[in-house]
Amino acid sequence: MAKHIHDKTLKRLLGPAEPELLCDECFEKLDEYVELELQGAQADARIPGMRAHLEGCPACHEDYDSLRELVQSEPNG
Amino acid sequence: MLSSTPTVSLGPGMTSRPPISAADSDPDRAQADSRAWLSALRTAGAERDQAVARLHELLLRAARFEVSRRRAALSHVRGEELDDLALQAADDALVAVLAKLDDYRGASRFTTWAYKFALLEAGVRLRRRSWQEREVVLEPEAWPLMADAARSPESQAEAGELMQALKHSIDGCLTHHQREVLVALALNGVPLDVLAGRLNTTRGALYKTLHDARRKLRSDLAQKGFTLDSI
Repeated sequence: MAKHIHDKTLKRLLGPAEPELLCDECFEKLDEYVELELQGAQADARIPGMRAHLEGCPACHEDYDSLRELVQSEPNG
Repeated sequence: MLSSTPTVSLGPGMTSRPPISAADSDPDRAQADSRAWLSALRTAGAERDQAVARLHELLLRAARFEVSRRRAALSHVRGEELDDLALQAADDALVAVLAKLDDYRGASRFTTWAYKFALLEAGVRLRRRSWQEREVVLEPEAWPLMADAARSPESQAEAGELMQALKHSIDGCLTHHQREVLVALALNGVPLDVLAGRLNTTRGALYKTLHDARRKLRSDLAQKGFTLDSI
C-alpha cells in the first residue's frame, strides 16, 4: 500500500512518460475521443497523446469522465 | 434499442437524444441530426430562437448532471446556490457554443460537442466553489514518507535516493513559478482550475507550466542515472 502511494506521488510529480496533448487540444478532441471509445473504435490510435494527457491532468480527466458518463446516460447510450 | 427509443422533436430532423450506442449508432442519422442543429442555429427569426432555447435546455441538463456528480463534495453548499451555478454554467456554455459554431468539425455528434462546454463551465465553477474558503498552499505541506515496510531495505534505499534526487531537481532545475505550480498541483492537491483562478491565468497555461516542469525533472533525473520508464 505504501509503495502504491509513493508511486502515485511520483506519477503526479513527474507526469506521463509518453508524449501528450495539452489541455486546449484535449478539449478540442474530447467529444470525438469519447464517442470513438463508446463505439469501440481505436480511440487511442486515432487521437494519440489523449490518454497520456488524461493520466497527467486531473481536471481534463474529470471532464472526460463526466462527458463519457453523460453520453452513456442518454436513452440510446 | 435505437429504433424504439422515443426522441424529442426539435424541428425537422432534430432530436435531443441522437444515437450513441456502440452497437447501434447510426452515423447517417447522427450526421443529419447535427446538420439540423447547425442549420437551425444559423438561421434567423423564430426557428433560431427556438433552437437556441432548446440548446440552452440541453446545456442546462448537462450542467445539472455535473452538479449531481459532485454533490457529495459540495454538501455544505445550499441547493439553490448549486442550481444557480448550473444555470450560470449553461448560460456561459450557450454563449461559447454559439460563438464557436464554425469550429464544429462534425467529428462527433453536435450534442456531444455542445455538452463538453457545459460540463467544463460547470466543473470549473464547482471546483472553485468547493475551494472558496480554503487556502491555496504553494509550498510543500509534507513530502511523502519514504518508509515502506513492504520494501526490501535495498529497494527502500533506492526509492529514498530517487526522492532525494527529485527534491534536488525541483530546487535546482525549476523556475520559482514552475516550482510553485508543481508543488500546489502535484503535492498539495490543489485543483488546476482553482489555482488558475487564484493566479489569474488559464487551465491551459498552467498545465503547460506543469508539463514543462515535469519534462525538466524527468530529463534531470535521467541525466543523474535514474531509470523512470515504469513511472
